[in-house]
Amino acid sequence: MSNEEIKDMKELLKQAVAPVPDTELRRDLWPKMLSRLDAQPFPVHSVPWFDWVLAAILSAVLIFFPGSIPALLYQL
Amino acid sequence: MELLERFRAGDLEAFEVLFRQHQKEVYAWTVRIVRDTGIAEDLTVETFWRIYKHRVQFKPDGNFRAWARRIATNAALDHLRHTRQEIALPENLPCAPSPDGAVRSETRDLINRAFQELPAKYLLVANLALVEEESYAEIAQAAGISLSLVKVRVFRAVRILRKKLQSLQAEVATK
Repeated sequence: MSNEEIKDMKELLKQAVAPVPDTELRRDLWPKMLSRLDAQPFPVHSVPWFDWVLAAILSAVLIFFPGSIPALLYQL
Repeated sequence: MELLERFRAGDLEAFEVLFRQHQKEVYAWTVRIVRDTGIAEDLTVETFWRIYKHRVQFKPDGNFRAWARRIATNAALDHLRHTRQEIALPENLPCAPSPDGAVRSETRDLINRAFQELPAKYLLVANLALVEEESYAEIAQAAGISLSLVKVRVFRAVRILRKKLQSLQAEVATK
């Protein structure tokens, strides 16, 4: 495909799809932003899923094999 | 502390200052992609929400404007991807005046339809490069892709448009 074809398509599009005529923002969006922030506060901490899996595995080991606790403490 | 450092630390007042400084520019960029003022307003808010959410990833010595534009482009692209199926005919698309009647209204509708049916990533670059006449470099920076990928996408978009126009014209001719 040549640049000429791109140019032709550009001309065709220009006749059918005009550039957006007015890109001026008519109002302040800060109040809307504040509502959005109020509606969806950010989580203070987001713990990755694999951390939860590790914690679950460790808990299971400690519950089902309590004998491993001294070994674990020795390693710490 | 500098404004950008305060913003990065989560200072809401610093964020408000940045919001007021950049909201017009983000909106102007977004409306040129989605071509709808209401949606562009929502996406401007969405963009700043993402900016605030990911503020720790911003380097205070970096270019906030470029970072905001990239996030705005991604938000607009996400919107285009999610609304592809819903768009039947582009009623909200501004049509260029055709005083000499060079392109008839039927043909304009066909072109509009073919244009709107482009996959989102091609629509994004085709719109910015061919309709809004943005430079490839500007598009590459905003979309976070290489210059050569922008060129490839423009080529592919033109090819898809040509094929779509041919099939739509054949469809109309058989009716």
